[in-house]
Amino acid sequence: MSLTAKDKAVVKNFWGKVAPKAAEIGGEALGRMLTAYPQTKTYFSHWADLSPGSAQVKKHGATIMGAVGEAVSKIDDLTGALSALSELHAFKLRVDPANFRILAHNLILCMGMFFPGDFTPEVHLSVDKFLQNLALALSEKYR
Amino acid sequence: MVKWTELERSTVKAIWEKIDIDEVGPQIWARVLIVYPWTERYFGSFGDLFTITAILKNDKVAAHGKVVLKALDKAVNNMDNMKRTYADLSQLHFQKLEVDPDSFRLLADCITITIACKLKSALSPQSQAIWQKFLYAVVDAMSSQYR
Repeated sequence: MSLTAKDKAVVKNFWGKVAPKAAEIGGEALGRMLTAYPQTKTYFSHWADLSPGSAQVKKHGATIMGAVGEAVSKIDDLTGALSALSELHAFKLRVDPANFRILAHNLILCMGMFFPGDFTPEVHLSVDKFLQNLALALSEKYR
Repeated sequence: MVKWTELERSTVKAIWEKIDIDEVGPQIWARVLIVYPWTERYFGSFGDLFTITAILKNDKVAAHGKVVLKALDKAVNNMDNMKRTYADLSQLHFQKLEVDPDSFRLLADCITITIACKLKSALSPQSQAIWQKFLYAVVDAMSSQYR
């Protein structure tokens, strides 16, 4: 389900609106993921506080959204843009790629929560596809 | 059988009370068909589903959204009995309608996202977790007769 020119335009346009709140959305989404999908906590046992709103959760959520923003700006070559991150996730972090879908669900939920008027079904469709392609690029180096 | 705490029961009911089925049902259903277009395979009799605009204006889509949410009401009121409550509907979706049960999961996620758009921060992370536990139990009950 590769990104059409329309998808890319929709994602870039929506990201323009989301960008000022990106860090907050990332923190919120990560906190919700850890709460609603406790199996994801297994990757963060080195953190003292996994509750939504904790400093570590907020910081890491912001980091994640920074990478998502980078990916939006390089939407024509997601595999290239995410190459280093893919190596990190494949060889060092070894996160099961099934979790990328779980995080994507929570990112989408938070984007809708923060921008309900802008997160139309049409935008939802393109963002869902984008995150799916992002996940694919992130899993590129796994095997 | 899924076990529910008092907090979980009251949270599910509190969220459900804030949902206007007539308002939100059509929105949810349109969102599923738009974001996951392969689900249109089950709605050949619904007329024009060829564009996003057509889906959003389609009366049959809107009506069906209300039907589905009314059925969800049964789950809210029968949380201890979901498999039995949905046995007939599950049978219907398997034998007659031939719906892939993976679609139930897609619908569940769209329901949660639409509710989040409506309730915003009033849907706390803990409430989201409880609501999703509830919906996944409904998905399980709806898949129970697929054998």
